[in-house]
Order: sequence, then structure tokens, then C-alpha cells
Amino acid sequence: MTNKKKKLNPKAQHYQAIQKKNETKRPIFTNCLKAFFVGGFVCFIGQLISTFYIYFFDFTEQTAGNPTVATLIIITMFLTGFGVYDHIGQFAGAGTAVPVTGFANAVISSAIEHRTEGYILGVGTNMLKLAGPVIVYGVFSAFIIALIKTIFSQFLGS
Amino acid sequence: MIFFWAFVIGGIICVIGQLMFDIFKLSPAHTLTTLVVSGAILDGLGLYEPLINFAGAGATVPITSFGNSLVHGAIQEAEAHGLIGVITGIFEVTSAGISAAIIFGVIASFIFKPKG
Repeated sequence: MTNKKKKLNPKAQHYQAIQKKNETKRPIFTNCLKAFFVGGFVCFIGQLISTFYIYFFDFTEQTAGNPTVATLIIITMFLTGFGVYDHIGQFAGAGTAVPVTGFANAVISSAIEHRTEGYILGVGTNMLKLAGPVIVYGVFSAFIIALIKTIFSQFLGS
Repeated sequence: MIFFWAFVIGGIICVIGQLMFDIFKLSPAHTLTTLVVSGAILDGLGLYEPLINFAGAGATVPITSFGNSLVHGAIQEAEAHGLIGVITGIFEVTSAGISAAIIFGVIASFIFKPKG
């Protein structure tokens, strides 16, 4: 950061100072409150769905996560398609971005947005643009962690 | 009771995400990536499983569970088939989330037209 600042000429530095002063302050507390209640509500619905799967199908507390996530993604598809999710997202911030519905919304909205460019080059290439980093670094870090854990338990532990 | 804890824990994870947006000024992609990686690390330390038992969907619905299930599948396969399982098992448990997102993304692009 300090390196970057040194390269700027005085005019730009002055501009940055003004910009910093006039930047609208984010209402952090209200944002967090909204995120808490909306995010909690999404998880509450998730819990309803997974309780349903546990009682009516043969799922356990551990395995019910998968069908729950899939069901939430279907719901997200409709909310995104009808343009409702954007409004909720604007209000709730991270409350809708952090649950798996936010991941689904990122995939689905970019799929819809790029359909005019064609199904292969538009939908196919752009669908995972926003969700890509999550998958890439999720997989990579999972690989490293599982590798370390396996080496420890199989070769050093016994 | 699990409904209450699902609400509270899920809410808290979302607040952590919101704080990363507002205080550290990270983009949503950075925030989600960080959360996924921390979920993976928590599972590596063996802490995520107790959280799921405690909070149910409060732990499985946020994106952190993604990292958890990636690590979980890899370790499960590694226990069964040795070191190569780390690579073959990664998508074992997570497949539902990724395949559902892709399948319904494509279906949505058939049905819905972009707005605005």
C-alpha cells in the first residue's frame, strides 16, 4: 500500500485524501443486524427442509445437508429467475451471499445474463465466472488439508 | 432447539461475512473464497463436524460447509483407498451443491430471460 502511494503524484494523493474524506460511511451495525436475521432465516428454512428429509426419507443429521442444499438451490433458481433475489440481496448483503443460496444465485444469474451470447460461449463459459474462485480454492485447499491429514494419520500416526 | 441454533449459528456466519465486506472491504468473491477455505481448515482440525451436530442447517447451509465437505470426501476416500483417494474423493460429498447449481443454472437459462 505504501509503495503504491509513493508512485502517485501530489495531485493524485490530494484526490485520494478528498475521496477518503467523502466516502460514505457504511452503516456497519445495521448491515450486520440485517445479515444476521436474513442469514439466520435462510438457515432456519434449511433446517426445516433437512428435518423434512430426516423424517420422511432415510437421511441422518450428517447426510441431510446434501439434499437440503440441492432444494435451496432449486428455490434460488426461481427467486433469481423472477428477479426477487436481487432485491433481497440488496437489503441483506452477506445474509444472502454467504449461505449456499448466494453461490447458486451467482451461478444462475450469470447463466441467465449471458444467454443472449449463445449457450456454449455465453452460458457455458460465463456461468462459473463468479463461482469459479470458490470452487478452485475450495478444491485446492481441501487437497492440501486432506493430504497433510492423511500423511499424518497413515504414515506417521501408526 | 436445533431450529434456534440453526438460526443463531447461520446468522453469526453471515455476520462474519458482512464484517469482511464492510470492515476489510473485500469483494464478495474474496469473502466467499475465504469462508470456503476456512471451512476446509475447520474440518481439517476436526471442528466442523461437532458444529453440524450442534447447529444442523446453521452449519450446512452457509458456504463454509462447502469446504468442509470437500475435505470430508477427500479424507474418507483416503482412508479407504490410500493417498490417491485425496484426489479422487474431493467431490464425493460435495457433488450435490456443485451439480445442482450447474444443472439448475442451465435450466434457468432456458426458462428465464435477462431483465433490465
